[in-house]
Amino acid sequence: MLNVYNILETIRMIQDECLDIRTITMGISLLDCIDTDIDKACEKVYNKIVAKAGNLVATGQKIEKEYGIPIVNKRISVTPIAMLAAACPNESPVKFAKTLQRAADTCGVNFIGGYSALVHKGFSAGDEALIRSIPEALDVTQNICSSVNIGSTKSGINMDAVKIMGQIVKETAERTADRDCIGAAKLVVFCNAVEDNPFMAGAFHGVGEPDCEIHVGVSGPGVVRSALAKYPDASINELADIIKKTAFKITRMGQLVGARASDLLGVPFGIVDLSLAPTPAVGDSVAHILEEMGLEMCGTHGTTACLAMLNDAVKKGGVMASSTVGGLSGAFIPVSEDAGMIDAAVDGVLSLEKLEAMTAVCSVGLDMIAVTGDISPETISAIIADEAAIGMVNTKTTAVRLIPAIGKKAGETLEFGGLLGSAPIMAIKDKSPAKFINRGGRIPAPMHSLKN
Amino acid sequence: MRAVITVIGKDNVGILYKVSGICAEMGVNVIEVTQSVLQDMFAMIMLVDITGMNKDFAELVDGMTSLGEKLGLSIHTMHEDIFNSMHNI
Repeated sequence: MLNVYNILETIRMIQDECLDIRTITMGISLLDCIDTDIDKACEKVYNKIVAKAGNLVATGQKIEKEYGIPIVNKRISVTPIAMLAAACPNESPVKFAKTLQRAADTCGVNFIGGYSALVHKGFSAGDEALIRSIPEALDVTQNICSSVNIGSTKSGINMDAVKIMGQIVKETAERTADRDCIGAAKLVVFCNAVEDNPFMAGAFHGVGEPDCEIHVGVSGPGVVRSALAKYPDASINELADIIKKTAFKITRMGQLVGARASDLLGVPFGIVDLSLAPTPAVGDSVAHILEEMGLEMCGTHGTTACLAMLNDAVKKGGVMASSTVGGLSGAFIPVSEDAGMIDAAVDGVLSLEKLEAMTAVCSVGLDMIAVTGDISPETISAIIADEAAIGMVNTKTTAVRLIPAIGKKAGETLEFGGLLGSAPIMAIKDKSPAKFINRGGRIPAPMHSLKN
Repeated sequence: MRAVITVIGKDNVGILYKVSGICAEMGVNVIEVTQSVLQDMFAMIMLVDITGMNKDFAELVDGMTSLGEKLGLSIHTMHEDIFNSMHNI
């Protein structure tokens, strides 16, 4: 039964508390587009994406109208392109990136993710060529996202790939230095990457997924913060309960939109990603939720504990609201995309070290963090290795999306605008990890008994 | 199929008349209306049946939104499913 209170609550969440569906993402398998002739392969890729996702944007807009809820992004994820590149060893994979860009333009989507390679145990044909081509691919395209999985709990960490990725991140930033190093903001290095992630820049369509499906990523940090603000004297377990109830409502919205999109497009429904994804907009910050819990500023002592509780409560509430949950599910902490994180970083309260600790208890990892432009590739690799180790040992997804701010120093800011926001540049340690990184090889997979 | 139309803003003459006028034009049947005026703030929630609609739902949404802009009111038109799924297990 409808009642007035519920109706007004829903409208308030959307109007005043920035509740939105962050993305509907169509996952498309390109395995049937593999061809030894790269031009033929590209044509098949373009045709398949346009055939499947030609109506994605219009459908998203129709659902926005129907339910009165904004769907901020319409996106596509595809099979890791390294698998297609493997069949054409003498060609540059950048041709695929340009084809994806052409398909993105035709479909009108915000991003296509999947310029990716999975090398957690080693490189197969196509992987290294694709990885080496990432800086150029992200330079000559605008809406293509790239990711590389360099480690997993079952296979350990591929340190040869970690070493290369340090160089690739730096080179990507250098090639786009005239555009605030935006290339590096579209590149993620994963440990334990998931195959059904709807969020960028790390989305790709895993080989275990069906031919085509629809995923939904929800948002709503503002809604959670305002719900908590109504109970200034509640105990922590009461707060956890409020978060669960709010996450349930947010996720139900995602489930409804996903089911409707799948129905209209005639494509199976994949998953809802139960995420609190912030934006730089006022009132849409994960940091502000932590501050509402009682921290003077995000990043101070106690932040990891608050975030752990938040992340767990979001999952507990959301999981009952959806038929299938997946993706990265949890609270995101992308520094440049969160007004509260930006303030805390500018203030010096939120440091790289604290962020690293926070990633042990929440979704994903070191995300959208600008570092000084003179950072060495080995140091980037070492940061990736640290973060991957957290993911590997804790059996969770972790990622690194660092942006070396070429020509800039700590204390300055990179301005991306839009959803990507602005990133205060953080200082890094000046002692070199080069010898460790240059050893190469693999960190063996951890054991999962004798846990301490 | 039903939808919910909410109207919030400064009270003036003929709000209900104009909103229900658009409904009638598009074949939308008004089922229930809750309305209150507190001092000069007008708040109305209207439950309507859109099964026999002769236009696209998007046109109803656009019609109501532009009426809201003209009258300086905030008018939202949403399918009832969003409220049902959000607030019921």
